[in-house]
Amino acid sequence: MAEYSVIGKRLPRVDAPEKITGQAKYAADYSLPGMLWCKVVRSPYAHARILTIDTSRAEQLPGVEAVITGKDFGGWTWGFMPATRDEPPLALDKVRYMYEAVAAVAAIDEDIAEEATELIKVDYEELPGVFDPEEAMQDGAPQVHDHVKNNMSVEYHWNFGDVEKAFAESYIVREDRFRTARATHGYLEPPAALAYYDPAGSITIWPAKQSPYFHYRHLAACFKLPLSKVRVIQPYIGGGFGGTKNDSLAGDFCAVMLSKKAGKPVKFVYTQEEELTTSRRRHAMIVYNKMGVKKDGTLMAIHSRVIADGGGYTAIGPLTMYLTGFMTTLPYKLPHFKHEAYRIFTNNPIGAAMRGHGITHTRFACEIQMEMIAEELGIDPVEMRLRNAIDNPEPGTRYETINKVTLKTCGVKEAIKTLSEDPIWREKDKMPKREGTIAWGVGLSGTSYLSGARLMGHQSCGAMVRICEDGTVNLITGATDCGQGSDTVLCMIAAEELGVALEDIDIKRVDTAYTPVDPGSYGSRVTVLAGQATKLAAADAKRQLLEFAAKTWGVKAEDIEIKEGIVSVRKDSEKTMPFSRLARIASYSGSGAVIIGKGYSGYGLEPLDFSSGIGNGGTSYSFTAQLAKVGVDMETGQVLVTDFVIAHDAGRPLNPVGAEGQNEGGAVQGLGQTIYEDFIMDKGKTLNPTFLDYKMPRSTDVPAIKVIDIITDDPDGPFGAKEASEGSIVSTPPAIVSAIHDATGIWFKELPITPEKIVMALREKGEY
Amino acid sequence: MKQIKITVNGKTHELRVKPWATLLEVIRDDLGLTGTKEGCGLGECGACTVIMDGNTVNACLVLAPEADGKEITTIEALAQGDKLHPIQEAFMEHGGLQCGFCTPGILVSTKALLDENPNPTDEEIRRGIAGNFCRCTGYTKIFESIKAAAQKGGR
Repeated sequence: MAEYSVIGKRLPRVDAPEKITGQAKYAADYSLPGMLWCKVVRSPYAHARILTIDTSRAEQLPGVEAVITGKDFGGWTWGFMPATRDEPPLALDKVRYMYEAVAAVAAIDEDIAEEATELIKVDYEELPGVFDPEEAMQDGAPQVHDHVKNNMSVEYHWNFGDVEKAFAESYIVREDRFRTARATHGYLEPPAALAYYDPAGSITIWPAKQSPYFHYRHLAACFKLPLSKVRVIQPYIGGGFGGTKNDSLAGDFCAVMLSKKAGKPVKFVYTQEEELTTSRRRHAMIVYNKMGVKKDGTLMAIHSRVIADGGGYTAIGPLTMYLTGFMTTLPYKLPHFKHEAYRIFTNNPIGAAMRGHGITHTRFACEIQMEMIAEELGIDPVEMRLRNAIDNPEPGTRYETINKVTLKTCGVKEAIKTLSEDPIWREKDKMPKREGTIAWGVGLSGTSYLSGARLMGHQSCGAMVRICEDGTVNLITGATDCGQGSDTVLCMIAAEELGVALEDIDIKRVDTAYTPVDPGSYGSRVTVLAGQATKLAAADAKRQLLEFAAKTWGVKAEDIEIKEGIVSVRKDSEKTMPFSRLARIASYSGSGAVIIGKGYSGYGLEPLDFSSGIGNGGTSYSFTAQLAKVGVDMETGQVLVTDFVIAHDAGRPLNPVGAEGQNEGGAVQGLGQTIYEDFIMDKGKTLNPTFLDYKMPRSTDVPAIKVIDIITDDPDGPFGAKEASEGSIVSTPPAIVSAIHDATGIWFKELPITPEKIVMALREKGEY
Repeated sequence: MKQIKITVNGKTHELRVKPWATLLEVIRDDLGLTGTKEGCGLGECGACTVIMDGNTVNACLVLAPEADGKEITTIEALAQGDKLHPIQEAFMEHGGLQCGFCTPGILVSTKALLDENPNPTDEEIRRGIAGNFCRCTGYTKIFESIKAAAQKGGR
């Protein structure tokens, strides 16, 4: 194994100094002289026709400078794919979910803007709504979009192998219905932006976006400007987790349109209630799962029928539904599989991406069903998994699934074996099963996630490494760090490749006027793809520098190395100089040389068709096994999660502190969606749109967490790296559900497993 | 408008504020100290935690007139010039932050905790920041950071 100087070291985040001193600026922290405040008017109905909008009283309110409605956008709509651009910035003829935006105002202060929203009179004709995706699929259900029959937003049908034959040959075939929670991201920074439309025809915006280049395209299209006239300057981002901050929102478009109308900068900051009622949330899904297994535990076939509540618009839904199925063949060998995915329009808020996107739903169903079958067959959960788990391919070879997903590394077996030796698993049969009212249980899971997500079409991802004459370095990428630590990892990659120290590398955030285009923080792609681009850019800069060193010393460039800031000739100890001197020599060479290295990611460029389910949705795949230990209060149904042990194959963790933090954070978010988090809905209305009522884990709720690295050094990842930020939100729910079963003897198939559900199930079982 | 006099990070300000303005608005908008964040405006998330006369408060729940005559400490006062506070050093070294939005509130809560209890137990650490949500870290590295800060004598 190579010896690294920077990679693999426990280094502090490069953005820590600004963040711990309160100097890091987030979107809401920006202001400009003469700035106006934008507030959005929202529909009180989940499904209604807009008859008239009267803005005259708002316009007359002193301090109001501009008012807009849907008509101002001229019928423009946006969406993830050309065929699914169904969402207008402000509703035009009809509202499709409760609190959808219908108008917006800009005023000299927030209070006046708020008052003006109350003066806008909208007449609606309320329409019958549909809120349950299974009802919405039926003939005769209210149609959310007039042209979409049965409210079918996205539909895929895949069939690999011969599922029916495999079921017939199985010893056990189980069919179960699973349901996942109406969970959401829960970042603390609500959506916000400060926007200025320059009357000369350009936009500058500081928005809270983890994919600023998506937003850049949306704005160019909406305002019919060339991309060169749209400048998105990325502030620090207060958490993302996919979905809302990957996409544009009513507030973004309205702030720009109001600025265009008023000729002044306009700022909006959503309230947390606006965020929790109207922003994109995780799809709630129903999974009908059928699994066939031989008597010896060999997995034969899976047939999943997934029904997702899509809410009022398509958003990122086509990708979500693809992700629910293409990885059913990981991490266990599966010769036959059939997948039916339905994303259904309802009059609920929009379902979209969230950490563990798509995969967490179906993997939860498959893991639990496999555990249920193992129990029926009397096979130990570790043994059941090891019999089916995919082996780590020999170096130079790859494993291919039936739907042509290919792996070069796979640490799932090693991860499961490692956990089977952990004291929590080894001693689980010796621990007291019951202490007072508390029943104890331990559960295991073994799951997979993709790294380097591939988006159909747009995949551009580049980096530039600019050498300053004093030997310091500017790293310029289009990548966005929304908290996961990728800026630090990219700087580490540049430092390692150049042979300098981490503190010599500086990275700035995206400014679309100067940085290269990039899809942003998305599908665990930044370290893998922007990391590869950065590594290549640094190698390019280094190559240029070495030419100057070779000329200075009269040796061949390939005989020179740079390590820890020292340039030296390998077989000549006399010839050595600091990196800073070489940078100066190169910059002052008189040739006019400017040392800029360039690189771009070459992965994932082959075409991908969501509707076939064939091929790689990622460039590599991570594997996670997890143990959870829980205590269930058999009287109150309260679940106390005391321990997590996570064995994660991230290929190689480039910054172990960061990778551990991602595993811990993902697992605790997964804990929330397993036992507490759920939007309570009543006919399209979110009844718990506050952090008090939408319960996220607090510091007093989290278990002791141990993270174990499984090193597999993926040949396609920069320095061996694969995904590190989403795997544990997939592995956590099944581990907890199995642990609750171990404690109570009950299999819960609907998340979240609230105390009420536990008490009801115990009562049904006759425990009371 | 109401006249108030508050001391923020050692500097006294005389301000005219709307009677319904919050301490958070005064800190962020009137004084331009944007290190203190607004997450929910309802006292639920703790992102706006500041120290008022020795106790932590959610600045979004304190009306500016209530802060009249009070002494306030915000995140900006933790470091002394270029010298980081031991709490800040510990969070940096142990990875106790990710997106950074909850970080100012958590550091301020940590300061209040360690000022009162320089050697907290694990349970006291958890309770000490129970009013601060963090959605990124899963809290584990925050606990490690607070423990390390306490060991450094990080008051």
